[in-house]
Amino acid sequence: MDPSVNDPKLEANLSRRTVLKGFGAMLGAAAFAKAIAPITEWAANISAEEFVQKHYKELSPIDLEIILNRLQKETKDQYGADVTIKDYKAQPGVTFGYALNLSVCNGCRKCAEACHIENNHDRPSNQSYIRVFEMSKGSMDMEKGNAHYDHPVPQPDKFYMPVQCQQCEHPPCVDVCPVEATWKEPDGIVVVDYNWCIGCRYCEAACPYHARRFNWTKPKLPASAINPNQSYLSNRIRPQGVVEKCHFCLHRTRNGRLPACLEACPTGARVFGNLLDPDSEVRQVLAHGAFLNQ
Amino acid sequence: MHRGRNAASLVVAIVVIAFGWDAIRSPSSLNPGEPAIVSGKATPTADASLTNAARYPVVIKLLDRVPTVKTGLTNHHGESVSISCGACHATTTPNSETRSGTELDEFHQGLQYNHGNLTCLSCHNADSYDTLRLADSRPVTFRDAMTLCSQCHGPQRRDYDMGLHGGMTGYWDLTRGGRTRNSCIHCHDPHTPAFPQVRPVLPPKDRISVRREAAKDPLRP
Repeated sequence: MDPSVNDPKLEANLSRRTVLKGFGAMLGAAAFAKAIAPITEWAANISAEEFVQKHYKELSPIDLEIILNRLQKETKDQYGADVTIKDYKAQPGVTFGYALNLSVCNGCRKCAEACHIENNHDRPSNQSYIRVFEMSKGSMDMEKGNAHYDHPVPQPDKFYMPVQCQQCEHPPCVDVCPVEATWKEPDGIVVVDYNWCIGCRYCEAACPYHARRFNWTKPKLPASAINPNQSYLSNRIRPQGVVEKCHFCLHRTRNGRLPACLEACPTGARVFGNLLDPDSEVRQVLAHGAFLNQ
Repeated sequence: MHRGRNAASLVVAIVVIAFGWDAIRSPSSLNPGEPAIVSGKATPTADASLTNAARYPVVIKLLDRVPTVKTGLTNHHGESVSISCGACHATTTPNSETRSGTELDEFHQGLQYNHGNLTCLSCHNADSYDTLRLADSRPVTFRDAMTLCSQCHGPQRRDYDMGLHGGMTGYWDLTRGGRTRNSCIHCHDPHTPAFPQVRPVLPPKDRISVRREAAKDPLRP
């Protein structure tokens, strides 16, 4: 007779082990399901086309056209707006430069507002690529600058410094991106492929100018407020969870137009142009610096 | 051979730049009969001589007519009647000491005036009130008022000519489109020229603001 069959002690042990194993397996399965829940939820929000989309630089013209059409359709479905999304390439022989005449800036923040409207920013958060600092005259300490002033400007003992992306020659934000979702274009503009960005925000931490913005939520804006003239690398409505930044309004400037912030400036503090053209205003300003001699 | 060619091209380049700079800096015509001050950089002729590419103009928004004064009367069509400055001033005696509308017995009473130590006739032309007058007594049209302003505000005019002062819209690339610029009087009332204080728009509402608001909250430790 097999002792194991009739031994009550042994039988109880076996059954407890089975129960515990079953319980453990259930716990594990539940934990696994919970752990992968974000992936399943995320997958529901992302189309198969978007999931397999390649990096911007690897896209063929046909790929790009399909993607732009898809993005236009998505904007129509999600926001109810008919928009045109194009892809404008850097112009040969052009490197953009942007100069500011701080002696006339009056801190009205019209530039930040123009950016907000032009670039389809999230309306509730007043998001803009430009932050204007109110600083004490004689100081350049941005740590002490106040971006949240709310009184008539200009105050007599203050000056005002709009800060946006500097389009650095060696951009630290580009160096730290683990997936190469941001890079410097031949005309000097640092751009982001919003569909390639994983939202790690390393670039935001690396930027010494606090020039990058993170989309904590899906941007909210009414269809009537949407600027329909959009481009892939600039002002198309960004997805949630990606980083964005000033792109010198490349959908305008790559077509020869002035950036929106410059057109909105009532004082003419902003000078924009081609650094490679010796006749351009921005070159004259850099060469002569007349604005410093007042 | 190559060196000579390079030197020659360098000289050409310098000449071109110098010519271009002259075109920018050349004073606007003082002749009242001239049509407009158009920024020197942008006149199509000046630029056509610089490059082969056709360039669109930089147009300064200027008065396209002589200013008039509303009489408060209406004609039989119900339209308000305006008259030229000269219509009244033809019968008045100019007073070169008058500095403000409040000194006058009638007319111009509500005119706010705060512009240095100037008299009315520092800028207005007593010989012809439909024109203005330069410091050297030459007349200048209202359309060319920027020339008048530039007599005292040289640094501002220099910055303006460099594109460093005054609002503009249009194209940075003049081979693709033109540009429109404000003139002095679009932002500065000639009688009270100081740019007024304004209320800033679009206050930021990012996380930094939220933290600052929290810090101000007296209920928080």
